[in-house]
Amino acid sequence: MNISSFKPAIVYTIYIASTPEKVWQALTSAEFSRKYFFGNSVEVDLRVGGAFIVRTPDGAPHISGEVTECDPLRKLTFTFNVNWPGLIEKLGPTLVTYEIEPAGDAVKLTLIQSHDRPLSDDILSGGRAGWPAILSSLKSLLETGNVPAIKMAPPERMLAALKAMGIKTP
Amino acid sequence: MSKPEFVYVTYIETTAEKLWHALTDAEFHERYWFGHRATSDWKAGSSYTFAKQGKPSVEGKVLESDPPKRLVYTWDPCSPEAKRERTSRVTFDLEPHGTIVKLTVTHDDLEEKTFRDISSGWPMVLASLKSLLETGRELPADLPSRARENSCA
Repeated sequence: MNISSFKPAIVYTIYIASTPEKVWQALTSAEFSRKYFFGNSVEVDLRVGGAFIVRTPDGAPHISGEVTECDPLRKLTFTFNVNWPGLIEKLGPTLVTYEIEPAGDAVKLTLIQSHDRPLSDDILSGGRAGWPAILSSLKSLLETGNVPAIKMAPPERMLAALKAMGIKTP
Repeated sequence: MSKPEFVYVTYIETTAEKLWHALTDAEFHERYWFGHRATSDWKAGSSYTFAKQGKPSVEGKVLESDPPKRLVYTWDPCSPEAKRERTSRVTFDLEPHGTIVKLTVTHDDLEEKTFRDISSGWPMVLASLKSLLETGRELPADLPSRARENSCA
């Protein structure tokens, strides 16, 4: 996989009244992620080559990948591939980067989702809908201790586009 | 030649009425919009002004006003460099879902410099708005200058 061939397709910036340590912990801990990531838990082995897994509430692996860059409290890059047959062959891998920067007493968190080929707006609509909800929840969790229940409809446009490409979605 | 548009979605635990008030009340606006106070009667066809410490910073006209669901206004920053680019447009769509409101801000009719400026500005303003509504405290007043320190642009 040639990292330099990946270009940003989705960029989302959010500012959080918290510290880089707390933001890093929330992004990389199973316990925290269950609260803001629609009940899914993130397990990540924080080293280059380490496994990155997102499990659904029943414990089944839903998304898997590998860490490609790890600069604790500052930057984490990993592949993020939903476990649907045919997905990686047809779309290529998905690369996600979190960048954490202090901004005075707050933290600037930037999410970048990158791909090694152009993808349609229909395919990207899933991430464009999902990331703002996930990161808004993360901000609420760190600032208030509570996560408001954001009910997300399944990303129909994305699922239809994937099916049309022959990818087996549930 | 296509003009870029900037879209930002955030979810805030509040009501659509409170969020509408936050977008249109002068005192509230000043708190989360880093000192910029917005004044208008917010009726379609009326003008509005943002001013910081009495000095106008942005002005425009309300195009659509449908409280508490949708507010659309033109966007004309007052600085001489900004005046060289065309007037752009801001749309706020407020969709309540239970205890949360999904806020979508669409900023379009943009030329390059305005696009770059507002792309870095909106995430700060909307994060501060969310913090103020959810915690009672806006983000620190020095956020824009501290965020600029870190960026290389």
